[in-house]
Amino acid sequence: MSIQEKANEIVAEFALFDDWMDKYNYLIELGHSTPIIEEKYRNESYLINGCQSRVWISAEMVDGKMILKADSDAVITKGVVSLLIRVLSNEKPEDILGNELGFLDQIGLQEHLSPTRANGLRAMIQQIKLYAMASEARKK
Amino acid sequence: MNQKQIIDQFPILKQKINQFPFVYFDNAATSQKPQMVIDRLVNYYSNFNSNIHRGVHKLSQQATDAYEHARMSVQKFIHASSSKEIIFTKGTTDSINLLAFSLGETFILEGDEIIVSELEHHSNIVPWQMLCERKKAILRVIPVTDEGELRMDEFVKLLNKQTRLVAIGHVSNALGTVNPVKEIIDLAHKNNSLVLIDGAQAVAHLKVDVQQLDCDFYAFSSHKMYGPMGVGVLFGKKELLEQLHPYQGGGEMIESVSFEKTIYNSLPFKFEAGTPNVADVLGFEAAIEFIQNEGIENLAAFENEVLSYASSELEKIGRIKIVGKAQNKAGVLSFLIEGIHPYDAGTILDQLGIAVRTGNHCAEPIMKRLGIRGTIRASFAAYNTKDEVDRMVRAIHKTIEMFS
Ligand SMILES: Cc1ncc(COP(=O)(O)O)c(C=O)c1O
Repeated sequence: MSIQEKANEIVAEFALFDDWMDKYNYLIELGHSTPIIEEKYRNESYLINGCQSRVWISAEMVDGKMILKADSDAVITKGVVSLLIRVLSNEKPEDILGNELGFLDQIGLQEHLSPTRANGLRAMIQQIKLYAMASEARKK
Repeated sequence: MNQKQIIDQFPILKQKINQFPFVYFDNAATSQKPQMVIDRLVNYYSNFNSNIHRGVHKLSQQATDAYEHARMSVQKFIHASSSKEIIFTKGTTDSINLLAFSLGETFILEGDEIIVSELEHHSNIVPWQMLCERKKAILRVIPVTDEGELRMDEFVKLLNKQTRLVAIGHVSNALGTVNPVKEIIDLAHKNNSLVLIDGAQAVAHLKVDVQQLDCDFYAFSSHKMYGPMGVGVLFGKKELLEQLHPYQGGGEMIESVSFEKTIYNSLPFKFEAGTPNVADVLGFEAAIEFIQNEGIENLAAFENEVLSYASSELEKIGRIKIVGKAQNKAGVLSFLIEGIHPYDAGTILDQLGIAVRTGNHCAEPIMKRLGIRGTIRASFAAYNTKDEVDRMVRAIHKTIEMFS
């Protein structure tokens, strides 16, 4: 499945929710079920700044694709970042860099995340793209 | 007195969030504004706007008179002995930066010591750190107890011949602790040290009398006491302010300018460079009138009732840990829900129409001292009710349910 297809799938899932409560319940469920990042990544070097909660994101290249893992000490944040991972992990760095991630707007996450929180989201995306960029740079 | 008459004066409180009645418990960040404050701003720009102090025309004179009248209202509000002791600033942060600069230029030498506490807001830490760096002075810190009270025994030990200034909050924005400022001021003065009180969280809740306190400086913001943003006050004793080096240079703060020698204006203008924020100063005056009309004791009585009711109702939930258990608290209730990140709780409470704040509340050192990264903070104003507390308690139950 391409990045866009995975994003569309998430948009379709979220369209089923009648209200914010369902949406947050789903994010909480995701947050509870997302695999936890290995302990070696839960440190300062993988920490994303700009979030009220702490978020760690790691990236590893396997067969030309980037495997992303993430964790957070807050459940909702973990749910949100797990959506990002679902869409972007196991993709080629160039594809990760090329995607605008408009689905976040479509599922109303921007709308429900106030600027400080959105900044956190933005910082997460930025970090993932930085990983992808670094990997592209190494290739050249 | 009828609390509904107070509530009705705040138009913003009538709105709904996600169909829920809006419960605003973020008053320590900024309080809402009564209609009379909003009206004063509109009236100024509709009828009086013009630059002050330098115009001969009618509007300029009216605006000047109104601005100086507001200064006298502030003087009376904090019981200062002269309106020359009232310097208008942009807010508490600006007031403390002004003082840190001017005091630093005038009195602080290498090896001098400045005392703050572990409870302080970043605004009452960073300007002093910057000053210490500039002047090679030393910052000393009063530790706090697990309850969130200042260790007065340690404070006494920190005072010494090098102590130039003690800068301490009147009420903690993170925990609500009311500090024994009178005692601190008296001890500091016995040691020949000056005292600044950061009153940002006090002025809306306590009667402040700077002469009775005998503090040398007192800083606060209009927007935390029902007034507009963008205005604050630095009170300073006249004989001290007169000695201090000015902060910013520019118009208004000078008596005469030449390339050979510029002569500074007298107090308070020496510290008010540039065109001041006239409209918001007038709105600030309206906020003072609001407080005086209602009576600060009456306003405080509503808040204290809500604070103690909220504390005991939260305790009943069981999974709640109240952070900051000082004997004497005002306006602020910080807490944690066991097993739920403050950010998660704040997000759901927000969805349920309850505006609280989560995080470290610009007071990282006290969070670190207590071994936590942040709290959920409900902070109260006179328009908050027990009914709203009940709604928050139901919302907390709902939150716990969602995360279990
Ligand atoms: C205790 C305390 N000091 C200083 C400040 C800074 O006030 P302002 O942001 O209005 O300058 C605040 C505001 O949060 C505060 O609570």
